[in-house]
Amino acid sequence: MLVATALAVVRTQSLFATAMLSGVFSLLSALLLVVLDAVDVAFTEAAVGAGISTVLMLGTLALTRRFESAPSHSPAIPLFVVLVTGATLIYGTLDMPNFGSATAPAQVHVAPEYLERSVHEIGVPNIVTAILASYRGFDTLGETAVVFTAGIGVLLLLSGLRRRRRNKREDV
Amino acid sequence: MRHHLILRVITKLLIGSIMLFALYVQFHGDYSPGGGFQAGVIMAVAFIIYGVVFSLDEAQRVLPPWVVHKMAALGVLIYAATGVYSLFVGYGFLDYTALSPDYPEKGQHYGILLVELGVGVTVTGVMVTIYYAFTSRTPIMDDEAW
Repeated sequence: MLVATALAVVRTQSLFATAMLSGVFSLLSALLLVVLDAVDVAFTEAAVGAGISTVLMLGTLALTRRFESAPSHSPAIPLFVVLVTGATLIYGTLDMPNFGSATAPAQVHVAPEYLERSVHEIGVPNIVTAILASYRGFDTLGETAVVFTAGIGVLLLLSGLRRRRRNKREDV
Repeated sequence: MRHHLILRVITKLLIGSIMLFALYVQFHGDYSPGGGFQAGVIMAVAFIIYGVVFSLDEAQRVLPPWVVHKMAALGVLIYAATGVYSLFVGYGFLDYTALSPDYPEKGQHYGILLVELGVGVTVTGVMVTIYYAFTSRTPIMDDEAW
């Protein structure tokens, strides 16, 4: 279904349909993440991917035209690059441990230590929160700063443009 | 401006529960999936939905842009201040034991709560800021345009 949605996104010319379909794509990947037991990530994907970015895409859509313009170059080279990258990635997955395998590197490296320590060190049942906010507190502070910087960047770019246009209009 | 009656009524009903859910995700993040980031996004969605269904001006009357900008900065400050506080009390930066030296576990609890609050406030502020920045540039769409 993910593949079908992705193909539909590529095929449609209407950008409105594309925005909606990418929301559907995000919801489907959120479901996939739930199947993988990554509930926190699925939550984020559903809220950000399907919610906010669809709204932002619609907002951008109102600024631009409703339909895709015809591509000005041949699709052969991009298609080749995509195919090669995809083949490399699929080749890479052949080395991955089986789904749910107990001996996968992710299960035997630091994860058991966190699982054992966090119960009596932090006392918070949701270990994802414990790792994110306590063990990796510095990282999360950095992430918050990144989100803040992104917001300031958007603000500067968009509102700066408006002021310049107003100045130009006054010149004319 | 009396069109979309059903949409307006349903939105008004929904916004309350969306905000409540955001607060639940925010403060229950230690026990259930979610945390500051998700809660911030959900809280921002409540305001964005209000802006979409009613109008940008209405939304900006509830939550003026300058408040949103301050919120984005305030969240980072809350987070960093938690770290600096623990520094001043004599522990490492962001060592939550400082918040309750006698019961380290409780300190961790308070610390995570504070830090997640900071993340949530920043994310709400930034998301609403981005939404305002995008929509304030668009001419108001009439319904026929869709």
